[in-house]
Amino acid sequence: MWERGRPVSTLESDLALKKSQGKSILEVRNVKKYFPIMGGILRRTVGHVKAVDDVSFSLPEGETIGLVGESGCGKSTLGRLIMRINDPTAGSILMNGRDITRVKGGQLRKLRHDFQMVFQDPYSSLNPRMSVGSLIAEPLIVNRRGSRSDIQSEVVRLLEIVGLSPEARLRFPHEFSGGQRQRIAIARALALRPKLIVADEAVSALDVSIQAQVLNLLADLRKEFGLSYVFISHNLAVVKHVSDRVAVMYLGRLVELAPKRQLYNSPLHPYTQALLSAAPEPKRHANRERIVLVGDVPSPAKPPSGCAFHTRCPKVMDVCRSERPVLKEYAPGQFTACHLYT
Amino acid sequence: MAEPLLKVRNLKTYFISKEAQVKAVDGVDFDVAPGKVLGIVGESGSGKSMTSLSLMRLVPGPQGRIVEGEVTFEGTDLLKLTERQMSDVRGNRMGMIFQEPMTALNPVLKIGEQIGEVLIRHRRVSKAEAKKQSIGLLRSVGFPRAEQIVDEYPHQLSGGMRQRAMIAMAMACQPKLLIADEPTTALDVTIQAQVLDLMRSLKNKNGTAIILITHDLGVIAEMADDVVVMYGGQVVESATADAVFDDPLHPYTTALMESIPVIDQDRERLASIPGTVPSAANFPSGCRFAPRCAMAQESCHQRMPELRELKPGHYVRCDLV
Ligand SMILES: Nc1ncnc2c1ncn2[C@@H]1O[C@H](COP(=O)(O)OP(=O)(O)OP(=O)(O)O)[C@@H](O)[C@H]1O
Ligand SMILES: Nc1ncnc2c1ncn2[C@@H]1O[C@H](COP(=O)(O)OP(=O)(O)O)[C@@H](O)[C@H]1O
Ligand code: SF4
Ligand code: SF4
Ligand SMILES: [Mg+2]
Ligand SMILES: [Mg+2]
Repeated sequence: MWERGRPVSTLESDLALKKSQGKSILEVRNVKKYFPIMGGILRRTVGHVKAVDDVSFSLPEGETIGLVGESGCGKSTLGRLIMRINDPTAGSILMNGRDITRVKGGQLRKLRHDFQMVFQDPYSSLNPRMSVGSLIAEPLIVNRRGSRSDIQSEVVRLLEIVGLSPEARLRFPHEFSGGQRQRIAIARALALRPKLIVADEAVSALDVSIQAQVLNLLADLRKEFGLSYVFISHNLAVVKHVSDRVAVMYLGRLVELAPKRQLYNSPLHPYTQALLSAAPEPKRHANRERIVLVGDVPSPAKPPSGCAFHTRCPKVMDVCRSERPVLKEYAPGQFTACHLYT
Repeated sequence: MAEPLLKVRNLKTYFISKEAQVKAVDGVDFDVAPGKVLGIVGESGSGKSMTSLSLMRLVPGPQGRIVEGEVTFEGTDLLKLTERQMSDVRGNRMGMIFQEPMTALNPVLKIGEQIGEVLIRHRRVSKAEAKKQSIGLLRSVGFPRAEQIVDEYPHQLSGGMRQRAMIAMAMACQPKLLIADEPTTALDVTIQAQVLDLMRSLKNKNGTAIILITHDLGVIAEMADDVVVMYGGQVVESATADAVFDDPLHPYTTALMESIPVIDQDRERLASIPGTVPSAANFPSGCRFAPRCAMAQESCHQRMPELRELKPGHYVRCDLV
């Protein structure tokens, strides 16, 4: 039974969740990523950027977890840790129950067929000298997925899926606008039919009609192949649309994690509340109370003491400056780290 | 409406090469009223950025060329100015900010030097005076540590800070018009809220008109007084923001409104617009939206509709509404 304010670790509750909903494709356990800061003439480590600081959650197969938070809060770092592009400083990552934290080399490359990332920046992920057709065909050719003509028709199908015309395969990335380039990157990621996609701001650069197609497509792929997503986006409406649960990060830590309805209808953490109130809605004269936070996100190299949000929190109390709040479950399935509720 | 600050008429910007003629901007008309925000919304490739670059005469050459049209700003046709006269307008009476400020900021110059350069170029102030004014400008865009920021380099700032520094630079000479191409697209919502707040207050304080280009209808709803909807290098609908949101007339605008997720509604499946944006190298001959339009009739594929004034101030490029 759930009790108000009982400190339950995310892990504990997620394990329970996992039991009730089948096996999880992804488990993130107390993961930390500290980047060293070099300084002085001897280039010695003088401190650490705590990009991800003790994050745990699990993702049941076929589910989507949304990840939101401000620039620099560690979303992409967490995404890269999950993809094993970077090694965590501490903690472990499990895929399908298997600890992959230390898998390397050829085995890792194999794993990557199942786990694909769609990046924030389509410029850096597309080789400018390759035609769009070759870019999308490349993973298929490297992994010997069919004959030349099979691959050609698959390329056309993938282009169609992402809303580009078949002629696009003869052109080069620079001939496309930003949104069009992002669609090419998505087509490439989909080529090997992965099981988990870490989508880092993947639809943010897309225009709405195409965004709707891609979101519908992601939903279809999810139903059809049981795909799971870690969906990173700054667009709260999009995150709400695609996610089952949503995790809110601030300075490397989870500040709230809840089923989406609870998170959007009754957010507990003041940061979540501010985020939601700042999201522009496509309506004239939407009468909402807007909480405009002052200041920037503090540097994760020097996170504020106590609650890291205390420098911007409209509800800050004395205790917030000295004591760090722990993530606890305050409503069924809804976790938050805030002294207001203790 | 008062005499517009900027009048764009029949603007055409093409990329011409041996293989193709890309009609990036193909006969665009709109007005910007003094002190008002004009929102331009449209899908990628619809010609928004090329329109804004054309207004600044920064179309990437040699293939890209403004082939026709008038851009009348404060009574002068900018397209008739010499390059030298134009560079007196740019950054002075007309400022511009981009989606990715890193591409517009010089990575090896301190923030203060970059803002100072604009002031020295257009206002002929001394170096010391330029630095003093730069600090003031940075403070006005919400940097409490402005004295230190002037001596920092772009890479030392976060995305939101860089965008605010860009705004400070664009506002240095108190332009009459600020062109902002996707200024908050790369920013997080709380920082976006700050930047939009900042743009709104600069508009109210200095009477700066703004052309706000974005694909985000939420940002448009919040900021714009007037709206232009672009599709395939053309304007398909233009009206006041209230009219566009409460009474959209063009089938494309209506479809656009229905295809976005909205926080306070649960939409099981989004109503997506089928097909793809037509290539600017190869537009369909009739209505450019016809291949994707749910209302399309045979005639739509034959004849290109004109932009018609269906209600006072409400222009629509569709023959069937
Ligand atoms: N390779 C690295 N070396 C040092 N610091 C890093 C490195 N990668 C990321 N960081 C730092 O870690 C923190 C988290 O960065 P991350 O890219 O994960 O943020 P994010 O939430 O994805 O932000 P955005 O929304 O801007 O994409 C930032 O302070 C960043 O500067
Ligand atoms: N350098 C270029 N060469 C050829 N075509 C281009 C170039 N830049 C843009 N285009 C084309 O011009 C059209 C309009 O582009 P753009 O104004 O950037 O669109 P938007 O800003 O609305 O996304 C698109 O079809 C695009 O492919
Ligand atoms: S712990 Fe304190 S400072 Fe942190 S979010 Fe809660 S009320 Fe605000
Ligand atoms: S002219 Fe025809 S095809 Fe074009 S928008 Fe109107 S109804 Fe649709
Ligand atoms: Mg990121
Ligand atoms: Mg653009």
